[in-house]
Amino acid sequence: MRKKRWLECLLLVGLVILGGWAYQTRQVNKANMTITAVGSTALQPLVEAAGEDYATHRLGTFINVQGGGSGTGLSQVQEGAVDIGNADVFAEEQKGIKADRLKDHRVAVVGITPIVNPATGIAHLTTAQLIDVFTGKVHNWSQVGGKNQKIVILNRAQGSGTRATFERFGLKNHRSIAAQEQDSSGMVRQIVATTPGSISYVGFSYVDKSVRAVSLNGVQPINQNVENNQWPIWSYEHMYTGKHPQQLAQQFIKYVQSRKIQNTLVRRLGYISMADMEVTRDGQGKVHKLEVSHE
Amino acid sequence: MNSKISNRIAIATLYVIASTIVVILAALLGYIIISGLPAISWHFLTSPARAFTSGGGIGIQLFNSFYLLILTMIISFPIALGAGIYLNEYAKQNWVTSLVRTSIEILSSLPSVVVGLFGFLIFVVQFGFGFSILSGAFALTFFNLPLLTRSIEEALAAVPDEQREGGLALGLSKWETVLHIIVPAALPTILTGVILSAGRIFGEAAALIFTAGQSAPALNFTDWNPFNISSPLNPMRPAETLAVHIWKINSEGIMPDAKAISSGSSAVLVISVLGFNLLARFVGHRLFKRLTAG
Amino acid sequence: MNNKLQKQLLKRSKASKLERFGKTISFLALMLITVTVFAIIIFVASKGLSTFFSNHVNVIDFLTGKDWNPNVTNSKGQPEVGALPMISGSFVVTILSALLATPFAIGTAIFMNEISPHRGAKILQPVIELLVGIPSVVYGFIGLTVVVPAIRSVFGGSGFGILAGTFVLFVMILPTVTSMSVDALRSVPRYYREAALALGATQWQTIYKVVLRAATPGMLTAIVFGMARAFGEALAVQMVIGNAALLPTSLVSPASTLTSVLTTGIGNTVMGSLQNNALWSLALVLLIMSLIFNLVIRLIGRKGAMSK
Repeated sequence: MRKKRWLECLLLVGLVILGGWAYQTRQVNKANMTITAVGSTALQPLVEAAGEDYATHRLGTFINVQGGGSGTGLSQVQEGAVDIGNADVFAEEQKGIKADRLKDHRVAVVGITPIVNPATGIAHLTTAQLIDVFTGKVHNWSQVGGKNQKIVILNRAQGSGTRATFERFGLKNHRSIAAQEQDSSGMVRQIVATTPGSISYVGFSYVDKSVRAVSLNGVQPINQNVENNQWPIWSYEHMYTGKHPQQLAQQFIKYVQSRKIQNTLVRRLGYISMADMEVTRDGQGKVHKLEVSHE
Repeated sequence: MNSKISNRIAIATLYVIASTIVVILAALLGYIIISGLPAISWHFLTSPARAFTSGGGIGIQLFNSFYLLILTMIISFPIALGAGIYLNEYAKQNWVTSLVRTSIEILSSLPSVVVGLFGFLIFVVQFGFGFSILSGAFALTFFNLPLLTRSIEEALAAVPDEQREGGLALGLSKWETVLHIIVPAALPTILTGVILSAGRIFGEAAALIFTAGQSAPALNFTDWNPFNISSPLNPMRPAETLAVHIWKINSEGIMPDAKAISSGSSAVLVISVLGFNLLARFVGHRLFKRLTAG
Repeated sequence: MNNKLQKQLLKRSKASKLERFGKTISFLALMLITVTVFAIIIFVASKGLSTFFSNHVNVIDFLTGKDWNPNVTNSKGQPEVGALPMISGSFVVTILSALLATPFAIGTAIFMNEISPHRGAKILQPVIELLVGIPSVVYGFIGLTVVVPAIRSVFGGSGFGILAGTFVLFVMILPTVTSMSVDALRSVPRYYREAALALGATQWQTIYKVVLRAATPGMLTAIVFGMARAFGEALAVQMVIGNAALLPTSLVSPASTLTSVLTTGIGNTVMGSLQNNALWSLALVLLIMSLIFNLVIRLIGRKGAMSK
């Protein structure tokens, strides 16, 4: 019994010494070298990849990127719990957020397109038809020029940025009827691909062979048409900070907005680069032409 | 005659039911493993995940899962043991005890999303732990405590009272009896409970999404100093676990081989849980033999 | 001398000090759990109740309203937060899966305990423990890739809905109900069976007329416990039920449960806003339901104890 006590004591002392030694020899991080970005899961891959890139060039910095949804991101940055809030929506559009306390940094543009199950035989729709479909005025694809198949609507979750953008610019502020909801683009695509007669909407980067993107009023859902606002259903990806962000956060956002990231990562991840946009749009939906010279 | 026939029918039905269950499980397991096995390779198990190109692995997620599991156990086991001992050995049968029991039951039936959000507001935001393994471990502790307490309590209750009387008759105090006689006697059962709950922790996702986070920064596996940010042992780093990874790939994954990765990860997850189960049986059996023989 | 002895006798012995220490430590551990539970309950309640107190939503409207659109205000100037579709969805899925699971669970439990204890211990016990261990994400994943397409090819429609949710929950609560039923059967004294068999009853008569009767309270507890589990399950159900905030009309049309709406929406709302509070109100409903399930279990337990 006695002996065991001694052993335990020795072990404890050893551990404490080891811990102290580890603490002494740790890589000393300068203060404020870690920032946290939380929010939109859609934006997460981009920020994560950019963050890794950024940190490898600047030793000792660490960009911590988490998902959790636009709402979480905005409310956390508003409370000052995190440095950057990633969002797919304007802070003005999110209820419960005081937008004037936040600073908006737009880092990319994402185009959103309706997608249908290929077996519906639909490839073109007009805005009026799209509204009819999503508001439940028509129930069968044959009514809008497709096969004789029942329409199955699939929505993104209430409050999702993609849904807000789609209803605002795709459905002209009409609200979709209550229907199935999924909380992620990957799931939406998978379900549309496998469910006969289904229709939903995703960002351009999620469109693949398993689903068909629908052109609207004769306009194809491609990047060029978003850049000149011919295709109206698009939104910015925002990185919000407080009014006075700390330096590292500022530098990091600048880095994401830099030509290097915009021309490589942003495009590779299926976003539209900010540099390619010929128009801007504000939180009220007003579009302004940009004086850009394309190289 | 009539009763004999009905006897036979009834027993045949029970056989059918029991075998149906076995078939369901076999089909489930078979499906997961067969669809996931082609994706599993040494490279898959050890390399880091990739965000948008194919060929990523689950190395870091796998390590995170185990590390988080160990931390959670270190935190929750002593608490559950203490609570289990008190409930079984000391608590009187009155309304306070029944209130406490009810509250433990409630904790176990709370949806893990709620536990996760609570953990998020308390540990991540209020205590400033940030998205970290530590926050995740605390959230999982909430999630784990009721089950573990329950199984420890049951294990202790299964020890016959003669053993307690024997201890007391030898002049030991109640605490000493519990510590030196009852707990060792219940150890095999306790251990089984621990390992089974380990399986549950290993597969939990909802409680971790908001606490341990959904990103797995690169780790430096040559740096074992727990105070360094890239060290695998640092409890303050964000850590996506395997179960969270599956959830994330299924929802937002844009890598071309997302499907293969998610079925591969599912297979790894299930095989690990299977491993825990086998371990539980083996260790429990061994310990039981040892303790009853010695 | 006398004094010293007295002092020594009156002083707490080492053992009693240790005893105190041990009791305190274990008590503190228990209290820690209890305090945590109460913290969570108070937390959820304060968030959930603020829908009614600070956002002035009528409780009756909340519980009976059929439209769930927290972003929209209706004609009365009240936000549309009718939770009836979710509440009924949760109940339907829970009850159906319990109905489906009960015969299987009890049948298996009888098989394991009465008919073939050897095979029960060798095959079924590990099988059931393994089922408990399969993570809910994996269940959801299988539900999505196997159950939903299967339902779609049989019944048409999208395949998402209450039936898919029921199947997934059935498999998920099966092990819990089974292992608790086994415990209930095991606690029936051996001499009950011996007495019945000695009276010339067949094995089935013994099981049906004696063992099952004696184990009824325990089995009911098992079933209610399984229902509580089903009620609170989130990820797996969310993946297969379709998440449409509609009153369930058929088994194969998309519906939603309290947990599925909660999980889907919580990241998209802002702490403290009405949308967020409304979701916490759903969590509060969940909490109250699990309280009720617990009360039911307790009540059954007490009744069973009295009749013994």
